[in-house]
Amino acid sequence: MPLEQKIKYESERDQDFARWITSQTGGENLRHCIQCGVCSATCPLSLYMDYTPRRLINLAREGFKKEVLSSFTIWLCASCYACRVECPKKIQVTDIMYLLKRRAIEEGVYPRRFPIPILAKEFGRMIFTWGRVNETLLVIDLFLRTNWFKFLSMTGLGINLLRTGRMSFLPDTIHRRTELRKILQALETENQKEVAK
Amino acid sequence: MAENNHGSNGAPRIGFYICHCGSNIAGTIDVAEVQKYISTIPGVVVSRDYKYMCSDPGQEMIAADIKEHKLERLVVAACSPNLHEETFRKAAVKGGLNPFYFQMVNIREHASWVHEDKKAATEKAKDLARAAVYRVRFHKSLDKQRVPVDPNVLVVGGGIAGIHAALTLANAGKKVTLVEREATIGGHMALFDKTFPTMDCAACILTPKMSSVKSHPNITLWTYSEVAKVDGYVGNYKVTVKRKPRYVKEDLCVGCMECIDACVFKEPKFADKFNQGLGKRKPVYIDFPQATPKVVLIDPETCIQLKTGKCKKSCAEACDREAIDFTQKEEVKELQVGTIIMATGFQAHDAKRSPQYGYGRYPNVFTSLEVERLVNASGPTLGEITLRDGQHPKSVGIIHCVGSRDEKTNKWCSRVCCMYSLKLAHLIKEHSGAEVYNFYIDMRTPGKGYEEFYDKLLAEGVHFIRGRVAEVSDWAMKPEEEGKLVLRVEDTLAGFVRRIPVDMVVLSVGLEPRADAQEMRRRFNIGCGNEGFFQERHPKLAPVNTFTDGIFIAGACQGPRDIPDTVAQAGAAAAEALTLIDTGYVELEPNTSHVVEEECCGCKSCVPLCPYSAISFDEVKKKAAINEVLCKGCGVCAAACPSGSIRQNLFEDEEIYSEIQGVMAK
Amino acid sequence: MKYLYFPGCSLKGTGKAYEESLLAVFNALGIELREIEDWNCCGATAYMSVDEAKSYALAGRNLAIAEREDLQIVAPCSACYLVLNKTQQGLKDHPELRAKVVKALKAGGLDYKGTVQVRHPLDVLINDVGLDKIAARIKQPLTGHKFAPYYGCQIVRPYATFDDQYNPVTMNKLLAACGAQCVEYPLKTRCCGGSLTGTLPEVGLRLSYIILNEAKKRGAEAVVTVCPLCQFNLDGYQDKMASQYGRVDMPVLYFTQILGLAMGLPASELGIKRGIVSAQAVMAGR
Repeated sequence: MPLEQKIKYESERDQDFARWITSQTGGENLRHCIQCGVCSATCPLSLYMDYTPRRLINLAREGFKKEVLSSFTIWLCASCYACRVECPKKIQVTDIMYLLKRRAIEEGVYPRRFPIPILAKEFGRMIFTWGRVNETLLVIDLFLRTNWFKFLSMTGLGINLLRTGRMSFLPDTIHRRTELRKILQALETENQKEVAK
Repeated sequence: MAENNHGSNGAPRIGFYICHCGSNIAGTIDVAEVQKYISTIPGVVVSRDYKYMCSDPGQEMIAADIKEHKLERLVVAACSPNLHEETFRKAAVKGGLNPFYFQMVNIREHASWVHEDKKAATEKAKDLARAAVYRVRFHKSLDKQRVPVDPNVLVVGGGIAGIHAALTLANAGKKVTLVEREATIGGHMALFDKTFPTMDCAACILTPKMSSVKSHPNITLWTYSEVAKVDGYVGNYKVTVKRKPRYVKEDLCVGCMECIDACVFKEPKFADKFNQGLGKRKPVYIDFPQATPKVVLIDPETCIQLKTGKCKKSCAEACDREAIDFTQKEEVKELQVGTIIMATGFQAHDAKRSPQYGYGRYPNVFTSLEVERLVNASGPTLGEITLRDGQHPKSVGIIHCVGSRDEKTNKWCSRVCCMYSLKLAHLIKEHSGAEVYNFYIDMRTPGKGYEEFYDKLLAEGVHFIRGRVAEVSDWAMKPEEEGKLVLRVEDTLAGFVRRIPVDMVVLSVGLEPRADAQEMRRRFNIGCGNEGFFQERHPKLAPVNTFTDGIFIAGACQGPRDIPDTVAQAGAAAAEALTLIDTGYVELEPNTSHVVEEECCGCKSCVPLCPYSAISFDEVKKKAAINEVLCKGCGVCAAACPSGSIRQNLFEDEEIYSEIQGVMAK
Repeated sequence: MKYLYFPGCSLKGTGKAYEESLLAVFNALGIELREIEDWNCCGATAYMSVDEAKSYALAGRNLAIAEREDLQIVAPCSACYLVLNKTQQGLKDHPELRAKVVKALKAGGLDYKGTVQVRHPLDVLINDVGLDKIAARIKQPLTGHKFAPYYGCQIVRPYATFDDQYNPVTMNKLLAACGAQCVEYPLKTRCCGGSLTGTLPEVGLRLSYIILNEAKKRGAEAVVTVCPLCQFNLDGYQDKMASQYGRVDMPVLYFTQILGLAMGLPASELGIKRGIVSAQAVMAGR
């Protein structure tokens, strides 16, 4: 096993990144964290995380951008809000996970083995096209794009859903799709303006 | 410095001084610019800025200027008058000026500390300073009135703070009345077995002091009593105290407890409040054997005679001193005192407000106060550590910061919990041999011998896990967790989550202001800080004073603190009271109102408005009259008088109008 | 009583049984549910990871359409319930974001004011209808049946508007009114894995298994849920769990199904057969 250096130098910190987080909705009071770890302890998924939520928050406020954005942690958050309710400093951990996910997708740095960013994108695409989401189509699409093998292992579930009449292959849609697109496009234009700035 | 000669063509000669307060003011306000600007106002003869106006050289400078430049008025722009008004009044006197020819401008709390924009803050300071200069021209020479200080003292609260303050004063020969709400004095300290870090027996050091209070010729002890009303002012308070009925004559009872044996309830049946509900008592009871006074009492909620009037009253029969009196009524007493010491203590955080830890849901979750009773040799289990079913725990988890450092309950660190948790960990291990885990966020042991105590616990093999526990629950993931309470916590030093099964959980509950702190604050006319504890006059320099002269605070009613700090503070409060008593008099602010008799129409509208009952009506002259000793200078009468015949010193019309003009002028 | 009904995508798909039983029960209680005209997907938990403002705008469109009528919204899906409430709160707390979203909605011809209230059917049943009135409608009480009331995350967190967030009790009360017993269930608000069960099955399966297994250990014959995703995760993956951890065979029903059964509504109207794990035990004698 090759030895790995764990030391960090000040030049490796990205202070703009740390500032950016606290400027986002939900990230405002991140700096108040006292590192008590109650977020990690209450999190039903922290046992799978490479950095516990507490460690991630400290990495974020210190500006260790690479570690934060490429962590599994943000993608393992299931949005159960247990940490937010427990936090003695009322830090909105779930919203911080969301804003880090957005940034990771934007910068394309998320860990490849996680299909979650792809699900999120597909979900968005489906809403843009139809206005509603058909779970069956979404899941099929997801597996086709990521893992064929997994898809096959799910056929049992598929048959069960078919049997109980809970599966539909027709996309559900809203009537005023243009209205919805206008709204989303207005925000897209807004976003592009901000990026240009 | 700037000096000019727009001399005294009738207008008073004014000296203006602006303080840098280090960088507190000068960091935000351009003091030199303000100084220069004020020097251009007609009448200002001297204008200076200085690093620390309140320092000796600063005061000397003012006194010297008054003499040299024949100053007739003085304006100082600095911090809050609460802090240094007195300082500069003295400087005026030193220079030979009446102290009320002075006006103070607060440009620290009102400008530099609350603004970031330097230019705007400087402009604001100019406006405020100019207003003071305009106003001070109309100031009059006033005299302070002296009133005598009643040497008797009231101490409210009979915990260790109240006990120590009362004894200190009594030993100095002052008459003290100690009022305690509960049936015995001793407070929280009486619940403890040992005290950290020396592990002296709490009872051994407390009970002698308790009995000294009882037997001291200078102390009147009123337990089971509450202060209902406070009137008056420094040196002259009139206090109303309600004495609840014990249904036992205090002067006759000797605490032989035969009545308790004789009670028709053969077995103790009712939750024993003193033992945190862990033990049982009868309707006639005494909190603990060393209760002071050693007098039993009867609980009207559970006593059959008091509830229904149909009991054979075997308790009364058993008492050969005939001390039991079912007809006793509440008594109302009045007291005259000069000073008051508030030592009303704290309340423990209600563990049910932290529901994630299952207190009240899982029987073997205890509060630290309950465990204090369990480890106590004279407690309900005689010092044995037992679960609610009588079993002995093999493993115990102590959770720190329950109701502390938590914005959902109490934001503050309760200061004593780390140390008492260490103490309990040691005692639990010693008494039961159980494996003990401490779950802490930060270990805080700042005190003499405290770190040494922590070190001892580390050596004893108590587990320390740095992390706030998320939940206590009873669902098992592993065979060893079956039937246990499982704590889920991140071991933050290791960086992963752990599940730890234990038999007993101890919640180290934080210290809170008492539920009635706000009510007491109003009753005694003192203040509470944001957190709800009584507010000290200055956090560093007047820690036992309040904003009401003659009322002092000691102990945990001012904020969480341990026994050594509480005792030190109680001594300090007693010394403050002694200072007033031995001075013998107090000087009253001359900001009182007076009636200009020839203008008073005798309408009496002011009389009922005065909150201090200082206004009477002279039936012969048909005019209102104000007692200047009782007047607190609130100004209600002056504002309400329809004929404008009531004037208030330091708030005369021309003073206020010119101040307004000053603030508006540019 | 009349409400606007926001079904959300799941109740039209895998959560059909929830919609069927909800409509049947509300109809029987004389409560009108009118589907929000041309509603769109609320964005669920996934869309917030893509774009914050757009996510608020998606939910905002539904809220703006609902605002045209003076009625409250009933959102049975926990994710929809949370997202709609989160949007109301988020747009109230963040004026800049609000301005951006309001402007975008205007581009679509919609007016958002943030006035409509979003309720969960459990809240409506307990607080608007009332347990007394419900108890009076119980015709076939589920006496002797023991259930694990499972609330999941998002109806009690982060906004605990109608129940306690640590120890919610509204469903316990409702089940008691149906004559059933509830087991002491400390996992009632623990996460089932949410959408992770679809994307990282190995992770989601474990969470769901813990929840089901604990219910079984405590003697429950079914887990009762308020959320279509919880129902799907707990019900749909039991075969997979069996191969990894052991079989639990725990039926997972919606609280509306239980209520419907107790009210004597026919099982066919309540979608009982749509459960992948059969609910035969609960149906015994019916």
